[in-house]
Formats: sequence, C-alpha cells, structure tokens
Amino acid sequence: MTAVHLGMPGLPTAPRGVGHLRGTESFPDAARHELRNGQLRANLGHATATIRGKRAGVVAEVPDWEQLRAAGKAIKAATMARLDEHLVELERQVTARGGTVHWARDANEANAIVTALVQATGTTEVVKVKSMATQEIGLNEALEAVGLDVFETDLAELIVQLGEDKPSHILVPAIHKNRAEIKEIFARTIPGVDPELTDDPRQLAMAARTHLRERFLRARVAVSGANFAVAETGTLSVVESEGNGRMCLTLPDTLITVMGIEKVVPTWTDLEVFLQLLPRSSTGERMNPYTSTWAGVTPGDGPQEFHLVLLDNGRTAVLADEVGREALHCIRCSACLNVCPVYERTGGHAYGSVYPGPIGAILSPQLTGVEDNASLPYASSLCGACYEVCPVAIDIPSILVHLRAEHVEAQEHPTAEALAFRGLAKAMSHPRLWHLAQRGARLGRLIARGKPTLPNVFPPPISGWTRSRDLPTPPTRTFVQQWTEEHGQ
Amino acid sequence: MKVSLFATCLVDTMTPSVGMATGRLLQRLGQDVVVPPTQACCGQMHVNTGYRREALGIVANHVRAFAGAEAIVAPSGSCVASIHHQQAAVARRAGDEALAQAAEELAGRTYELSQFLVDVLGVTDVGAYYPHRVTYHPTCHSLRLLEVGDRPQRLLRAVRGLELVELPGAEQCCGFGGTFAVKNADTSTAMLTDKMAAVLSTHAEVCTAGDASCLMHIGGGLSRLRAGTRTVHLAEILASTEQSTHPTTPTDAVTPHQTTHPSVPA
Repeated sequence: MTAVHLGMPGLPTAPRGVGHLRGTESFPDAARHELRNGQLRANLGHATATIRGKRAGVVAEVPDWEQLRAAGKAIKAATMARLDEHLVELERQVTARGGTVHWARDANEANAIVTALVQATGTTEVVKVKSMATQEIGLNEALEAVGLDVFETDLAELIVQLGEDKPSHILVPAIHKNRAEIKEIFARTIPGVDPELTDDPRQLAMAARTHLRERFLRARVAVSGANFAVAETGTLSVVESEGNGRMCLTLPDTLITVMGIEKVVPTWTDLEVFLQLLPRSSTGERMNPYTSTWAGVTPGDGPQEFHLVLLDNGRTAVLADEVGREALHCIRCSACLNVCPVYERTGGHAYGSVYPGPIGAILSPQLTGVEDNASLPYASSLCGACYEVCPVAIDIPSILVHLRAEHVEAQEHPTAEALAFRGLAKAMSHPRLWHLAQRGARLGRLIARGKPTLPNVFPPPISGWTRSRDLPTPPTRTFVQQWTEEHGQ
Repeated sequence: MKVSLFATCLVDTMTPSVGMATGRLLQRLGQDVVVPPTQACCGQMHVNTGYRREALGIVANHVRAFAGAEAIVAPSGSCVASIHHQQAAVARRAGDEALAQAAEELAGRTYELSQFLVDVLGVTDVGAYYPHRVTYHPTCHSLRLLEVGDRPQRLLRAVRGLELVELPGAEQCCGFGGTFAVKNADTSTAMLTDKMAAVLSTHAEVCTAGDASCLMHIGGGLSRLRAGTRTVHLAEILASTEQSTHPTTPTDAVTPHQTTHPSVPA
C-alpha cells in the first residue's frame, strides 16, 4: 500500500493463514455482537475506568512528563531511521555474549525456527512469558501442532488459555472476564484444584500459583518476548508485574526470545526514558515490580542456551510508510486502549487482531496490508484520547485518517460511497453547485410533511443514523441566505 | 474588527439559527460581521473519511471564499481544528504549495467562537441572559485539538440566570465522529447512550457545546427518547439577552421535537 506511494516495490506484509492479525468479521459486524454482551461491557467499563484513574494519578505527579514523552518519541524516531544498523549491532553484541540470533522474515519463518529449536532440546513442554509477538505469529498453535505442550504463565494469559479464549487487551488479556468468571474457569480446568475455591482474588492467585509452580520447576525451555533490546550491550529486557516471567527467564536451560525488530534501542541510557514511561502508562504504577535484563548467557547462572529471533512480519513495510511508521514506536503499554471510548464498549475481540484498540487499529492494517483489515482504520470516532495519553506521542488519529485514505485510494473501481463523496466534493468546491445541493437537501421537508424531524424511512447509510437518532427537518433557508437577506451582501 | 463568519456546512444547511446567533452576538460586541456568500465547507468530512484527494477543491474554495479576511470566526471547534491541522496538509500532499501556504496563513487568523471571544476580544461576560439549568459537553476536537480549555465554561458562568451543572464523564466522546456515526452505527449508539445517561443525570434543561455536529448527535438521541433535555449551541446561549429569550418558530430548532427555542429570531 504505502510502498507504492514511495515508488518502491511492495514490501512483504504479514502472511495470511498464520497468526492472529486478521479477524473473521469486519469491525462493525463483530462490534455489533460484542455490544450485546452486557457482562463484557460492565467488566470493561469497570476495569478501564480503574486503570485510567491510576494512570492519570501517577502521570500527574511527574513534572517533566511531557519532556519524557518527547524524549521517547525522539529516541524511537531516530532509532527507526537507522534500524538496520542497530539490529546488526544487536546481533553482534548478542553473539559476542554467547547467544544466537535468528532472522525471521515472517510468522511462518519465526514459528519454524522456534519449533526446531524446541525440538532440538528433546523436551515436550514449553513455558511462556507473556508476549505479544508470539501471539501475533500464532506460536502456541505452531508448537502444539507438532505435539508440544505450551503453558502460558502470565496470570491473565493463563486464564485466557485455560478458558480456550482469545486475549482481548495488550496488557490484561483477560480484562473481559470478572473474578466470578475466572473462578469458574479455574474450577473447571485446573487439575486437582481446591473444590472450595471462591472468587476471592487472593484465592484465585494462589490456585494459579500452585498450578504454575509445578511447571516452572520442571520446564527446560522457555519462550519469551521482549520489551526492549539494547543494541550497544546486546541486552534484552522484560518488564512485568508478577515475577512469573522472571521464573521463565531464569529457571529453564534454554531461553528463546521472539522480538519484533522495532523493539531495539541503541543505548543502555535510552532505557532510562522508557522505564519511566512504560509502567506509569500501562499499569499505573510508578515502577513495575520486576524488570529483568539479560545479555547472552552466563556460565552457571540462568539459561545456558539463548536464542533471539528477530521478527519482521510486515514491520519493514510499515517502516516504508512515512506517515504510518510512527506506529512502530509503540511500547505496548495499552494506555490508548484504556482511554478509548470505542474499545471500552466493544472490547478487544471485535478488532479481530491480537492488537486491539487504537494502536491495533493502526498497527494491524499496516502489518497485514490495509485491505486485509480495511474496517479497522474506521473503528474510531477520532476523539483523540489515545494521542493524549500515548507515552511516545504517536499521533494515532492522524494515522487512522491516513490509512482510511490508503484504503479509499486502493479501490480499483469506485464504490457508491466514493461516487457520493466525489459528487459532494465537487459541489463544495463550486459555490453555485453547493447552493443547488443545499436546495436539494431542502427536499427533506417534503418527506417530513410538517414534522420537525424526518421519519425513519431512509435506506443505508442514512438509516445507520436514524435507527437510533432523530434527524432534524432541513430549514426553509440556509444561514447564508437568511443573513444575506437581512444584511445585504 | 472586521470579522468574517464561517458558518460551517452543517450549520449553514441544517441549523442556521446557530449561524444567526453567532453573527448577532459578534455584532452586539461591536464587531463588523461579514458572511462571505461563497463559503461551503472546510473539507474535514472528506479528509476523515479517506477522501483527501477530493478535499483539495473544497480547501481551495474555502481559501478563495475567505481570502483577505482580517479574522475568521466559526461556531465549531471541529471545523476550526481541521482548518488548523488538515487543510495545509491536504494541499501539500496534492503538491499545491501555494494553496498550502495560503491555507496556513488563513488558519492563523481563524478562531473558534469561545477562543475569539476570550482571547481576541478579551471578554467573558458577553451580556447574555439565559435563565436555564445548563450542562456543557466539551467536544473532543475543541478539547484535545484546539485546547479551548475552560473558555466556554467561563463564558457560560458569566451568563445571567444560567445555572451551570457539571457533566459527569464530560471528556468522553459522544460517539458522533462524522461518518463514524453511520459506518459504526452500533458502537456510536453505545457511546451516545452513555453520554445521554450522563446528560440526563444532571437534570439539566439544556445540554450545550461548541459544535453543532455533536449537538445534532446528542440532540437526535435525546429527541428519539422523548427526553426533556434539549441541545442548544453555545452561540445561541451567548446571543440571548433579556430582550430575546422568547421562543421563536420551532422550525429553526437545533433538535426539533424538543423546541430548542433559538434565543434569537432566525
């Protein structure tokens, strides 16, 4: 899409048939179903309001928050401009410290690499640190397809996995579930769980802990994602709240990290900015409880084999779009989801992709090519709340509008909508035509038959409005006519 | 000051009372108001729906219609934000640098009504009288793109007889979003429902805002519910005085059925 604009050959996007970047329905259709789920809306309304409040509180206490945001944005922009160099440096440093770097063009290549690495260890079980990249490529399904058992260890991700559900939030994948529903899932799926289990959060956490401990202790291979990778030192970093991630990162013999190529930062000092921005924006904490960093392998301490899989899966195509590339700056905090009035009502599943909410609406269509997720850029009222809270100041509304245009301009044959918009544009460009069009609108008065609102008799798309909202009857004269009659030209 | 009034396509075509109120308010404050008759639209609906190429002619018409204006005032945060943030970009992408510069130059002299009153004219008490219980919805583009802040509330607090009540969850979008209201009608309606619940919880007689588009949305929903609360544009409240609060013809109401009673005869 955007590559065409730059006059370059089309860069590969994320392939179809693998991973979780595409839904089966358009956003409006999926949203219509989700909106009917009153429990979902209650759960989401409660959860997002709580996180919003926490975030606002801890952000307000940082006097230089705006400067931090600007710094985050600037570091990301500068890094993207020389992404190739930073990645090669990262590979050099990771290799020098005893790790192995693999380059995966897309989801299929990444899944094949990880599957082969796990199989080479001879194990049949994998424990996982919560990771968006591996959800994106459908790694669990790929590993399960060759007979491996995969255990999610993040509490919310575990709830989703046990419930045979899908994640609906970047940070809190089970945000759509309340504790009564979680209790039901645990009671039904955890082997040997206490039959007296209640929905008390502590009891639920303890049940998950017992279930997971066993797996941590016997796991020989762990798979993680990464929040950051420091090129100059070859350091990977995972930021989390529970400590389950650290269990996976330290206990097994082999650690495999799958990381989107946009996660690299050039220097160790860059982390200073992001480690301030991320926890306050995501969980509303001043600092997250666990920040793990590791570089290569250390003899006698932690995993003795480390593999880093660098994943493209459409990211280079995103990078080629000079407007849309800002989406790659995302640090996956999910603040934009929590403030989004659309997300709060539809939930994450309506977006069809593992990346829901405002960031998902600009990231998923770019990773897959806009035509494979054409309804997502329209899944926003452009209220701007996302841009306001984004810790790296991604101008999400502008990118949404840009992608809408990319979609419109990709149509080979004009749609009815396009013809209508072209006609209207022509009228709005020529005052005499415009005045004629306004006179045409006045024909609505005939349909209104003296009533102040129009009857609900219109075909789509106007029926989309009138199903739930009255439409006023057009006035007899336009404002310009009235004013001119009163005041002259 | 010679003030050129940009009514916006929606006000011009659907709610002329808002344009009349804006013009009369500015005249009452001693401004020389002109209404360029060739004005049409800022182009925002086209840009935001994906028709940025088609918007070029609309931007060009806007720039022609207002060329040479000393100051331009519009009763819409959203359209003024589009003039500030989108018009030049539309021209530049189409390779028309001269139009882009003309649009930028014009944008520098274009103000949303509350900004013009407070920042340019330096008034908060515009001498209005409006004896009603009113709640204010800060429209998203006024709030986040133009950052009008509390200017509208300062203007409203100075209105004699007006009781201003706080709107819970005021900063949440009403769900309008231009073509979003139609393309994602169900989600838009869900957002509107929550906004209406908040408005109704205030027991206000009137919900006001600085954008006729959002008000048509909220008002259209309230009208469908046969709710007693009506929507009235900020300009209409500020334009009303002791002499002009009597209801006029209901055909000019912003949201008919609820007889918005434009404060000035339109």
